[in-house]
Amino acid sequence: MPSSTIESVRSAVQQRQTTAFAFAEDHYRRIQKEDEQIGAYLTLCRERAMEQADRIDRLAAEGKPLPALAGVPVALKDVMSTRGVRTTAGSKILDNYIPPYDCTAVARLEAAGAVLLGKTNCDEFAMGSSNENSAFRPVRNPRDLTRVPGGSSGGSAAAVAADMAVAALGSDTGGSIRQPASFCGVVGLMPTYGRVSRYGLIAFASSLDHIGPLTKTVKDAAIILRTIAGRDPMDSTSADVPVPDYVAELDRPMRGLKLGMAKEYFAEGLDDQVRQAVEAAINKLEEAGCEIVPVSLPHTRYAVPVYYLIATAEASSNLARYDGVRYGHRAAGVKSLSEMYRRTRDEGFGAEVKRRIMLGTYALSAGYYDAYYLKAQKVRTLLTRDFEEAFRKVDAIVTPTSPTAAFRLGEKSDDPLAMYLADIYTVTADLAGIPGISIPCGETKEKLPIGLQILGKHFDEATILRVAHAYEQITQSVS
Amino acid sequence: MRVTEKDVTYVADLANLELTADERVGMVRDLNSILGHIDMLNEIDTSSVEPMSQVSERYGVDAAKHGSERFAHAYREDVPEGLRKSLSQESALANAPDADEAFFRVPKVIER
Repeated sequence: MPSSTIESVRSAVQQRQTTAFAFAEDHYRRIQKEDEQIGAYLTLCRERAMEQADRIDRLAAEGKPLPALAGVPVALKDVMSTRGVRTTAGSKILDNYIPPYDCTAVARLEAAGAVLLGKTNCDEFAMGSSNENSAFRPVRNPRDLTRVPGGSSGGSAAAVAADMAVAALGSDTGGSIRQPASFCGVVGLMPTYGRVSRYGLIAFASSLDHIGPLTKTVKDAAIILRTIAGRDPMDSTSADVPVPDYVAELDRPMRGLKLGMAKEYFAEGLDDQVRQAVEAAINKLEEAGCEIVPVSLPHTRYAVPVYYLIATAEASSNLARYDGVRYGHRAAGVKSLSEMYRRTRDEGFGAEVKRRIMLGTYALSAGYYDAYYLKAQKVRTLLTRDFEEAFRKVDAIVTPTSPTAAFRLGEKSDDPLAMYLADIYTVTADLAGIPGISIPCGETKEKLPIGLQILGKHFDEATILRVAHAYEQITQSVS
Repeated sequence: MRVTEKDVTYVADLANLELTADERVGMVRDLNSILGHIDMLNEIDTSSVEPMSQVSERYGVDAAKHGSERFAHAYREDVPEGLRKSLSQESALANAPDADEAFFRVPKVIER
């Protein structure tokens, strides 16, 4: 059971049973004690946190009604810009970068009263599925320190799992919120593309990048989404679509909801224990009144190749800005501008980032554009049509989040292709732009968490949150 | 093997990377392994499929509209400091590895 949730913190502060200051102190103490071995945080912003906590405590003392996230200690993946607070994207090339402005999602959290504890470790530029690609240090899974926490939002997932934050923001380009949530046993929500502004998010692949919450409960994910969602003129891809009250929608009855089950997500490569846990979870949802309907998503097997062409092509363009001129690392002792660019990038980027820049540049280069990049964009259309077809028959689709539970550090780090294939069940939703949530659904024999993924229609986060919340209620009342 | 060390050197040049000799060898191996997997896309006939470059093409846009008109919702007034105040020069230069009061400073551009 979660120790403190958004509502428990807010109401304790509001009723003056304790203070936002005490909550923040308590979390910093735990970070001090636990994080040396876990490695979830890269930078703490104690001063900013304590000022905010003071502000909240003064409001509470005056008896004023507190905003939704008042006093809630929150962690931010270090790909989100924070004014005056070092933001590295897990890369040496941004080792000393201090943004002059705040990411919109961060500003909205803080305006709703959240206390920002610090910035969490991640794979360099969010490129990875294990957090081993952080230029600073790998994160370890709080449930088993020999295992990875998943990636790329591994620090955010680990911080929430180890009670070093009540909630966190992560980013998801190919599964980077949902997969670490699954590996660490927490809730991870990727909203619809365009639902949450990307302004101030350090770009990896712009047509695929999403910001979303990692939390201890589904309700907390709903509260955070309600806070950060909605049109932002600073991001022209943020959608002008009304934001429902996700929290109020949680308790609507589930009876009669149609949940799709796609055989392509239960095929070869799926670990037996994961399969059993996910199938058992789906049975519980059926018992709760949902109808389980077989659906087909025939292009699923092409999703990883499509993803690794489109994501790397976009990344090769986005990462061109790191040239040592305006911010970040610059190589020393260079004689010409072109030598400065090359040496700066050679020294500043890690192996996986270079690999992806190379693959993306290759896929976009003259003679290969049609065969790789354009081909991938066409298959992306087919993958998206698969979902559109399926959602004519069902309200949501249930799958495993990842084919396995958390693997060991070093287990896949020498084989990039094996690492990429671990993203098989998550990249599809990023490509189609649909929302997805991962919630805990049991453990393996080794006590490693297993994740159930629920995918929804464009802008229908309300339904996947409702199904996830119902499942959470069922399993909590049993145990 | 489709990607050779010569290709890697050429692509690295396009990407403003240099790579060490060791890195180039590893890159040849990794790119060939990944592209070998990507080859499965050739199983699909996409001759009559439109490419998808943005998710927003799939929802919310008026199919009767064409080109940039479909994204008219993203228009904004073209006025100075329309959305937010510009960064001050001091703030824009604050992260520069090398700058004076007004400009970013870089090594000599014209080589001879």
